Amino acid sequence: MFHLTIAEAHRGLKEKKFSAVDLANAYLNRIGKIDEKLNSYVTVTNEVALQQAKEADAKGTFDNPLSGIPMTLKDIICTAGIRTTACSKILENFVPPYNAHVYDRLRAAGAVLLGKSNTDQFAMGSSTETSCFGVTKNPWDTSRVAGGSSGGPAASVAADLAAFSIGTDTGGSIRQPASFCSCVGLKVTYGRVPRQGVIAYASSHDSIGPFGKTVEDVALVLNAIAGKSERDSTTPDVAVPDYTQSLKKDLKGMTIGIPKEYFDEGVEKETRDAILKGIEVMRKLGANVVEVSLPLTKYAIPTYYLIVKSEASTNMARYDGIKYGLTAKDAKELEEIYVKTRSEGFGDEVKRAIMIGTYTLSAGYIDAFYLKAAKIRALMKREYEEAFQKCDALVAPTSPFTAFKIGERMEDPLAMYAADTLTVPAGTVGLPGLTLPAGFDSKGLPIGMQIMGGQFQEEKILHVGYAYEQATEWHKQKPKL
Amino acid sequence: MQLSHEEVRKIAKLARLGLTDAEVAKFSVQLSDILSHAKMLEEVDTSKVEPAAQITGLGNVLFKDEVVPCDKAEALLGQSPQQIQDNLIKVKNVF
Repeated sequence: MFHLTIAEAHRGLKEKKFSAVDLANAYLNRIGKIDEKLNSYVTVTNEVALQQAKEADAKGTFDNPLSGIPMTLKDIICTAGIRTTACSKILENFVPPYNAHVYDRLRAAGAVLLGKSNTDQFAMGSSTETSCFGVTKNPWDTSRVAGGSSGGPAASVAADLAAFSIGTDTGGSIRQPASFCSCVGLKVTYGRVPRQGVIAYASSHDSIGPFGKTVEDVALVLNAIAGKSERDSTTPDVAVPDYTQSLKKDLKGMTIGIPKEYFDEGVEKETRDAILKGIEVMRKLGANVVEVSLPLTKYAIPTYYLIVKSEASTNMARYDGIKYGLTAKDAKELEEIYVKTRSEGFGDEVKRAIMIGTYTLSAGYIDAFYLKAAKIRALMKREYEEAFQKCDALVAPTSPFTAFKIGERMEDPLAMYAADTLTVPAGTVGLPGLTLPAGFDSKGLPIGMQIMGGQFQEEKILHVGYAYEQATEWHKQKPKL
Repeated sequence: MQLSHEEVRKIAKLARLGLTDAEVAKFSVQLSDILSHAKMLEEVDTSKVEPAAQITGLGNVLFKDEVVPCDKAEALLGQSPQQIQDNLIKVKNVF
């Protein structure tokens, strides 16, 4: 049962071929057997899952496509009464008193919580290696990373340990791990899904989105979580369509843009070739293909990290050992509590982010660093707006390379940042980006294709992704575990 | 650019982080590398651009100024690892 897509499982539930409890048990059994190889879960919520599944069965109508469907949430999404750790020591025992709005929306739709997924600490990282619960391993090669920061959600969906998952994407944290693990991942437009109750990393970038086994599944989840929220003032009043209505099998009338800077020498040849082949598939489906240029792409990484680390340093200031979470035991004075709690509670990547941000926002350096980056951000926005006048969607690799070895990039922060080269622009410009399986390299590692659209143009990228997916077989391949 | 150990210690103090000598040495190299890499942004002419603090054209969002009930006060206070006195969190001396 665990191999079913949301759409297939929904039909089974509706036709009473199996119950929501059967479905939850199928996943819970598989998690018990398989997850020790991957470490994609940090908390498995057995009792909660069975209780929620029972409720779905008792109601029995399965009128919502997510009713009775088992999911995981990245462990930075608050769940009342269920430990939410950000995979950090400082929140290791934090049990939130309320739910994130996205979890409330999923519960209203009837989805069932299997557990909380591993992530880089406070979502800072590209490999889940900064998680205080250990790295999530790639289901295709367990000596390699699953990517990050949402490595747990990606690995759990790719390995059939959940029907879908919810992650967050600041500069690639949904798309890059989905690409590394061979599943579908959607980063939404900034503000499309409310962030209230999700632990903040960089507030002008953070977005929440689904991981699924197919493009259709991702559209079904988006239907349940998108839209303006009274609990998040950054969610604009943009209508939420039925995203499944945009899924069409041909691309007639669509113009695909190929951003040439996304194919430069930093991109592995096998990845580049796979995506170019994919674009040929799109051409055969009726798409018009044009080349576009986005010359600021080479500045995207430093622009991104200067802004994001600045915002992170202010967001992390709330962890002081006073209001919640860890507090240092033997401190005598207030400042000593702050310093000891933060020194013990944060890992190296978080400390680096805080220190870079503290420096780039300080009086003498804010012009040269933070404000300089914020100006280039404005220029990047203009550049993408011009590109989307020439095309409906941009198609490119998701990551310049396939999954790397555990430990390979940990000692060199800049090498780790480079893993996000092709995903940070959509974060900085607030664009939606879809990744889906597009092949395998000669090592048998998945290659992901990224489809980017203009702000609030999720329908277009889902359409392009669906047409490509229906014409190819990559998404049907499963890791052997 | 190169951040000295002294500068790293100063940044850490401002950020309320305590670092060991080994951490100071490591972070001084890593932060210097990261900030040096960012210097490439100087190549971009931004003389006629306003900085963007947000990206979707957001404006102020205002709610009616009215009191609404909150049933979580106790649960929120209960989160504190510090002593609670008269519904307030009691903190240590500042000095």
